[in-house]
Amino acid sequence: MKILVCISHVPDTTSKINFTDNDTKFDTSGVQFVINPNDEFGLTRAMWFKEKQGASVDVVTVGGKDTEPTIRKALAIGADTAIRVDTEALDGFQVAKELAKVAKDGEYDLVIAGRESIDYNGGMVPGMMAKMMNANFVNTCVSLDIDGDKATAVREIDGGKEKITTTFPLVIGGQKGLVEESDLKIPNMRGIMMARKKPLNVVEPVAADTHTKAEIFRKPAPKGDVKLVDADNLDKLIDLLHNEAKAI
Amino acid sequence: MSILVYTESENGKLKKTAFEVASYAKGIAELMNTSVTAVSINASDVEELGNYGVDKILKVDNDKLSKFNADAYAEVLTQAAKKEESKVVVLSQSANAKYLAPILSVNLDAGYASNAVKLPIIEDNFTVERTAFTNKAFNQTSISTDVKVIGLSNNAYGLKENESSATVEDFTVELSDDNFGIQVESVDKNTDKVSIADAEVVVSAGRGMKGPDNWDMIEELADVLGAATACSKPVSDMGWRPHSEHVGQTGKPVAANLYIAIGISGAIQHLAGISASKNKVVINNDPEAPFFKAADYGVVGDAFEVVPQLIEKLKEFKANNS
Repeated sequence: MKILVCISHVPDTTSKINFTDNDTKFDTSGVQFVINPNDEFGLTRAMWFKEKQGASVDVVTVGGKDTEPTIRKALAIGADTAIRVDTEALDGFQVAKELAKVAKDGEYDLVIAGRESIDYNGGMVPGMMAKMMNANFVNTCVSLDIDGDKATAVREIDGGKEKITTTFPLVIGGQKGLVEESDLKIPNMRGIMMARKKPLNVVEPVAADTHTKAEIFRKPAPKGDVKLVDADNLDKLIDLLHNEAKAI
Repeated sequence: MSILVYTESENGKLKKTAFEVASYAKGIAELMNTSVTAVSINASDVEELGNYGVDKILKVDNDKLSKFNADAYAEVLTQAAKKEESKVVVLSQSANAKYLAPILSVNLDAGYASNAVKLPIIEDNFTVERTAFTNKAFNQTSISTDVKVIGLSNNAYGLKENESSATVEDFTVELSDDNFGIQVESVDKNTDKVSIADAEVVVSAGRGMKGPDNWDMIEELADVLGAATACSKPVSDMGWRPHSEHVGQTGKPVAANLYIAIGISGAIQHLAGISASKNKVVINNDPEAPFFKAADYGVVGDAFEVVPQLIEKLKEFKANNS
């Protein structure tokens, strides 16, 4: 089983979000970048397939040299090889096309990506990749097992779950549930040392075109002050919710 | 040239989001001076879409589509978009719509803007405002392709009644085995409980509840309000509540009309995930909790005292106002 895990290099979840260049670019100054959390759950599940079922696990990202510490971290967690497609990630379509090329060329059976990145929240890369590769696709995947040439997955739906069986090649849009938060691995010193010796292959992009462009960003307008209601006067709260907010 | 809109149904009945995406499609149709065509799959009550601006309904009845299948459903919409020569396709952001939209956009060679919150600006390179950075920011995204797919965030546009007389046309689609690479073996859905995605009201609780045994009052409050229950990340990480209830940046987004947070301090990741909700209420005994800065209404008090009282008062209110 050859597994490819797609890694997006994103600002840490606690980052303050600001923009520069007349609000056209994300301000990276002072921001810590991490493996996209949805991707990290998938990477950790891939490590399980490596340890228990002898799978090989490669990781890939699309981005400039600045993304290398993030994929090095994936190597330190245990991936075998890292691939960096050397181009700036501009939109979901372009990234999907670059990743689909890597996945096809490498003849991977299973591709695990996150259901969305926590920066642009496009939620389109895994599905687009799957269609471009002619692979099966399971989104919002919260459980994945492999038995020979069959996969069993659980997909989260609105208000429940559904159980799915399918075959390879398969693309997963993963999220928490693939593994638990407590299963996530912090790289140890040995892992970090080994990661330095593991291959990080820089490949040329196919120069895919883009379909969309992120133009101007803006932050939500500042909110008015909270209206405090005394704990002994909950009738007032109900009155506000009914007459002012019209929410009940 | 019609605007195509995918109007979702469940058990043969249109979902509320179907009327919202239809309203939004009508908004775009007015900007582009064209009509609205809806596609509905295995739904019976489709005529009602005419009240929300839909001119034509392509009604698909096909046993192969009795269970949701993203690739097959995307194929239906692809064939409908080609038949109608649609330049814009609108969908909701339900779990199913998010699943099929990327497939559809590859089929149509269309640019896809997800999480849209406003009507597009047509003359400005077809620019759509969407949320990014998990609601910590908005982004104007322009779409350069001939055909465009837009995913409308739930509750972002609202329902707009717009009477037109919709014609219903049976629509037959060609599906191949290739569209069914995924088999749905079983669906486990809590049908008597509203889902977080569909809920008007969400009652959410955090570590302040001290333990999983104290959730009865949260569920009762949710019952009284016809609300979905949700929880903070630590609560789901500790296994007090299922992951499916976790809302926030790495959990589910909430765009409810009313979000009530009980014993949740308001970590930045949590606030981001729920910020699209219109009215936020916080109940917390710590007046310094960051949630008070994000909320519209707040009660400083012990949840174990406030919530039971609130349940009683809401029951009285409901009895008097029903």
